[in-house]
Amino acid sequence: MKILINAFTALALMTGANAATADDRLVLYHWFEYIPQELLDKFTAETGVSVTMDTYDSNEAMLASLKAGGIGTYDLSVPGDYMVAIMANEGLLDTIADGELKNKGNIAPEWANPNYDPGRRHSIPYQWGSTSFAVNRDVYGGDINTTDILFDPPAELQGRINMLDSQGEIMAMASLHLGIPQCTSDREQLKALDAMLQDAKQHWASFNSDTAKEVLVSGDAAAGQIYDGFAAKAREEGANIEYAYATQGYVAWMDNIALLRDAPNRENALKFMDFMLVPENVATLTNWAQYNPGVSGVSALLDPALATQPEKNPHADAGPGVFIEVCSEDVQAVYDQIWTNLKK
Amino acid sequence: MATGAAGGGSASMDTYREARNWLLMPAWVTLAILVLVPVAMMLIYSFLTKEFRGGVIWEFSLAAYDQFFLDRGLFGDEPARIEWTYITIFWRSIWQAATATVLSLAIGFPTAYFIATRPARMRPIWVFLVTIPYWVNLLIRTVSMKFLLRDQGTLNDFLIAMGLIDTPLVIVNTNIGVQIGLFYSYLPFMVLPIYAAVERYNFTLSEAAADLYASRTTTLTRVILPAVKPGVLAGCILVFVPSLGSFLAPDLLGGARNFMIGSLIEEQFKGNAGNWPFGAAASMILLTLVLMLLLLFARQQVKAGKTAG
Repeated sequence: MKILINAFTALALMTGANAATADDRLVLYHWFEYIPQELLDKFTAETGVSVTMDTYDSNEAMLASLKAGGIGTYDLSVPGDYMVAIMANEGLLDTIADGELKNKGNIAPEWANPNYDPGRRHSIPYQWGSTSFAVNRDVYGGDINTTDILFDPPAELQGRINMLDSQGEIMAMASLHLGIPQCTSDREQLKALDAMLQDAKQHWASFNSDTAKEVLVSGDAAAGQIYDGFAAKAREEGANIEYAYATQGYVAWMDNIALLRDAPNRENALKFMDFMLVPENVATLTNWAQYNPGVSGVSALLDPALATQPEKNPHADAGPGVFIEVCSEDVQAVYDQIWTNLKK
Repeated sequence: MATGAAGGGSASMDTYREARNWLLMPAWVTLAILVLVPVAMMLIYSFLTKEFRGGVIWEFSLAAYDQFFLDRGLFGDEPARIEWTYITIFWRSIWQAATATVLSLAIGFPTAYFIATRPARMRPIWVFLVTIPYWVNLLIRTVSMKFLLRDQGTLNDFLIAMGLIDTPLVIVNTNIGVQIGLFYSYLPFMVLPIYAAVERYNFTLSEAAADLYASRTTTLTRVILPAVKPGVLAGCILVFVPSLGSFLAPDLLGGARNFMIGSLIEEQFKGNAGNWPFGAAASMILLTLVLMLLLLFARQQVKAGKTAG
């Protein structure tokens, strides 16, 4: 499905990009359901630049598409933290020179110099949040603040769990569950990880990222790995679910707007980056996506309900929020093997 | 067909024969660009060294085929044994595709026969009715199927309301769900070729068989089926081959719990693995299997042609 959609949109884009003049266009490569249309319309109204958007459902799918020839088609994409580092290493990102972004100073100090993009040379903050899991409270009333919910679930939840179809998210959460470091090269730990996942799989109904919210709302899944903002939306859509912060920890992430190498509309891309550093616009985005802004001066403009939203406020016993780490090639090979074992 | 037409030997036909090679050029060029070049690229990629996180290094390597057939343990340093993982995945896909083919045949043949035996002016309407659902995009049809079949879906609501079952049937996220999706997606590919064959069938042959005291079953198996066999075989291939590589139904109706050939290959290009040579090798192995199947089919056809002639 995803390949088909991507292939068709990519084709449409390539033909379109060739036909239009470079002055008035911007081609975004973005996550699905992650930007409100009103923001794109506002950008077009302010700058006269029309935005074409193609979407992806995982960082890896985006990387693959760019490496398979997508580079030169798109101006901007929105990689997660670890993926910014990977893309920079692969030479897929363009460098933003000093002074090219007039609103760069708006970036919140704590996000101005992240280890995955020191000095913000390639990217600006988009949204940050967490990936954990949510449980349907009509189905299960017990303690949910443990990763056992996913990997050793109580009887009520067995066979009714949806996992994200994403190796990185599952491996990071599984490592937290076992209390081992991410990307460990210790053989015994890797074997334990493999065995634990094989055993946990019998309790999982499905692997799906793009319907992670829908299956919780429809009741097809009674528990599911999910991003905090998606969980909040599922709750607003009527699902009696609670987002958990396990004592073992949770995955933290930050998505970033990154300037791609060979961007066909580089000027417009920079305009869009500046636009997405204006507190008012970031507030529109944050109120809609319901994650957290990485720009200063936004909090006063946010929907007051967001501040007290349970998905946004880890309780006192919550474990640490950890970013997904980039594994070495050797460890990644073992991770791939474990992943294949899991899904064979 | 073409030789039959040229057999008339008129001057204009000969002119055509001269020009035919040139007239066919666009078709050949299109085929070469859209089929041969991609397949050749895949073949080459499957023998190259993988680049970390997608891409290839231009050095010859058998690593992709080694990975497919040989199991060297979790860390890749144990003595090589036969790798069953990918054979299992292929076997699962083949089994699913074969079941979908048999189911489609069981429903498709009577349907096609029914349509072909309607009055001539009614037939187009029946064919039209068969194709209507397929005007909608496959993705949307598969998602809709999920809404029908899921635990709180229409089918289960109906069965529970009728008092036939107490707890919902779990169909979505099982192999049965995948099966229903495949069968439904490709059914018309079975109906239409069989319909075309049955429509050309000369029904006076059935009458002749009956005159010779053949029972209805004997007429079906000894007279009708041999006559429409090419249509049946074509239908089977048209259902089996796309089912084999399908990844929509396994993803949406099977919950992506188990790799099928299609999703395994997708993972190599779009997943964390980023192992293009392995994805290419798996594609080549799939292609080889399909080609062998088609060759068998072609030989069957040639044989059938000889005995008939």
